[in-house]
Amino acid sequence: MSLLVKNARILDPAQKLDVVGSLLVVEGVVAAIGPEAERNPLAQAATEVLDAGGNLLTPGFIDLHVHFREPGQTRKESIETGSRAAAAGGFTSVCAMANTRPANDSVAITELMLAKANAAGLCRYFPLGAVTKGMEGEELCDFGTLKASGCVAFSDDGLPVLNTEIMRRALEYTAWLNVPIVAHEEDKDLAGKGYMHQGAVSAALGCLGIPSAAEEAMVARDIVLAEHTGGHLHLAHLSTAGSLRMVREAKARGLRVTCEVTPHHFALTDKELMKFDSDYKMNPPLRTEADLDAVLQAIADGTVDAIATDHAPHGWDDKEVELPIAAFGVIGLETAFPLTLQLLVNKHIISLEKAISLLTWEPARVFHLDEKGLGSLKIGAPADFSLVDLNGTVKVDRAFIQSRSYNTPFKGWELQGKIAGTWMAGKRVWG
Amino acid sequence: MVAERYAFPHKHLLGIEPLSPADITAILNQAAAFEEVCERPEIKIVPALRKRVVVNLFFENSTRTRNSFEIAQKRLSAEIINFDADTSSLSKGETLIDTAMNLQAMHPDLIIMRHSAPGAHALLARHMQASIVNAGDGAHEHPTQALLDAYTLKKKFGRIEGLRIAIVGDIRHSRVDRSNLWLLTKMCAKVTLVGPPTLLPKEMKATWPDVEFTSDFESVIPQQDAIMMLRVQFERGTGGFIPGQGEYIRFFQLNRERMKMAKPDVAVLHPGPINRGLEITSEVADGPNNLILDQVTNGVPVRMAVMYLLCNPHGESVP
Repeated sequence: MSLLVKNARILDPAQKLDVVGSLLVVEGVVAAIGPEAERNPLAQAATEVLDAGGNLLTPGFIDLHVHFREPGQTRKESIETGSRAAAAGGFTSVCAMANTRPANDSVAITELMLAKANAAGLCRYFPLGAVTKGMEGEELCDFGTLKASGCVAFSDDGLPVLNTEIMRRALEYTAWLNVPIVAHEEDKDLAGKGYMHQGAVSAALGCLGIPSAAEEAMVARDIVLAEHTGGHLHLAHLSTAGSLRMVREAKARGLRVTCEVTPHHFALTDKELMKFDSDYKMNPPLRTEADLDAVLQAIADGTVDAIATDHAPHGWDDKEVELPIAAFGVIGLETAFPLTLQLLVNKHIISLEKAISLLTWEPARVFHLDEKGLGSLKIGAPADFSLVDLNGTVKVDRAFIQSRSYNTPFKGWELQGKIAGTWMAGKRVWG
Repeated sequence: MVAERYAFPHKHLLGIEPLSPADITAILNQAAAFEEVCERPEIKIVPALRKRVVVNLFFENSTRTRNSFEIAQKRLSAEIINFDADTSSLSKGETLIDTAMNLQAMHPDLIIMRHSAPGAHALLARHMQASIVNAGDGAHEHPTQALLDAYTLKKKFGRIEGLRIAIVGDIRHSRVDRSNLWLLTKMCAKVTLVGPPTLLPKEMKATWPDVEFTSDFESVIPQQDAIMMLRVQFERGTGGFIPGQGEYIRFFQLNRERMKMAKPDVAVLHPGPINRGLEITSEVADGPNNLILDQVTNGVPVRMAVMYLLCNPHGESVP
């Protein structure tokens, strides 16, 4: 089995490659890449030849933060439907959070997830294990055993690890295993019963708010703990100017701190909540214009290591209720790339190369997926890639969304950047 | 008693925020016409909403607002359905949308709703064809209260523009003050918000930049034409927002001493129910400056006007 994709604009930031050329895939791995690849003797014998028509060829995107709801809530999403949404969005690897029901705190659940993902065969699926058993914040999980079963990082995402001592021990222990602890930073006392950002908009609407300080107080605490333990702290979905400032400073001081931001936090602000539409309700909440600017700045100056979706599917029943009781979260796999292109690249915040890097190579390194050959199309690496029509447009409607749920705040948006096809290990999984 | 004709451009009354000064004036003028009806010695009823079906949908306890709406509906000859949240399917776990869709299936003309969730009315409006009147949604808005407050002030002072009004108390959790802020600023009154710092969100300044904020009640009393005291909900606990009743009384109670600092004809308002001896002393609540019961009286024609204009936007069947 071999595949030659020719006439593509190949953009692979890890190899500093931005050339028109070809990709040769043999037995699911990259055999040759670049302008000369077509002249490779194996290329002449390729069983399938595809003309990319000048479209962009990028390493498959890697999402450090998805919720696929399986086991337990497959009415919202399953590993199969989530994988299809990923493939449709150009993602070939997803890292799935542990807040399933039951939580992924055991080898059995990890293995169940991996078996389901293999059966679906649409996307590489990397489970995160919980930090604490049952995500109850009390007893540490079997980090080493879970890592050996396939967990790439640990997180109680959806919930913070409130007990400072537990968080310290988790960072201390996982430092030895060289896996990150992924922190959902939220001081639950400060957040209270809030359901949107606490600021001018919440004050005008009479809605209970989650202050920026709820995130920042925990970011500050955990950076201190990362420094004391030497553990790798990865901060999930940062949303405030203050959090990003602290990460910038921590990185300058050489600490093992990485972070991600989501497309909805660089696309939208809390003003959207004036519509009282729960499609704009997520945690952390949409923040202010100043926070959005800080997110853009942090993306531009390298403070941010990854664009991650926090793809959080919820059904109509969970969402079409009063705002205070509506579920937190939005889906994001299908819209992540077009939003990145439109709002970061086309608006000259970052180059296209940097955008691809934040979706491929940089996230790969955060969770050590680069060690599995992911995030770059180096010779010998798994042939995970997408073809992207940069001038193609998409309209966000129900047919465009592959997820089982449709809780996107971008309904009706017309976006530039169409995923023309996605391949995992040389096998076409989308388009 | 024909009110000035005005094409009322709103299907719902979800809040004061979407209203223009002309809309507010139209409601107040219409209310004046209905006040005349309410003051009639014998039959205080007009056929303006005859054969219209009005549903009162109260998910939160309310005595005066609900009674006021119901009296207003009776004076307009509407058909009234009272939906009691306690005995309804709500206690069986029915969602708001299902309740709404079931009501919609019976084709009511008007829904009067009170609900604890801010924006619950916006959700309802997306699923119903009936006009919706917000009778209070959490800490968001309570538009008919602000309208009756404005009506009361206008009756006393002949105008709203240029009046200085202090709103005192739990600004953070009050829907009454948000609706009043929209209304009073749209009508060019000068508003001062007074309360302990934890109940006085400074972020409100972004929405209402011309409003003053202070925790020093006494310093602003002398300039005010009206003082609106808000209920402090000690029965739900202070939620850690304020140290306690004694401290609150010391700094924020409207009492005889503080009334001496005020203009002699200052108007004292309160949306009720009042906590005697807490935010206001009985002496002041029952004193010569109080308009508290006038507010209640005025609530009826104001609510008649709102319901009438929503059902008859062009003043088709003017009473």
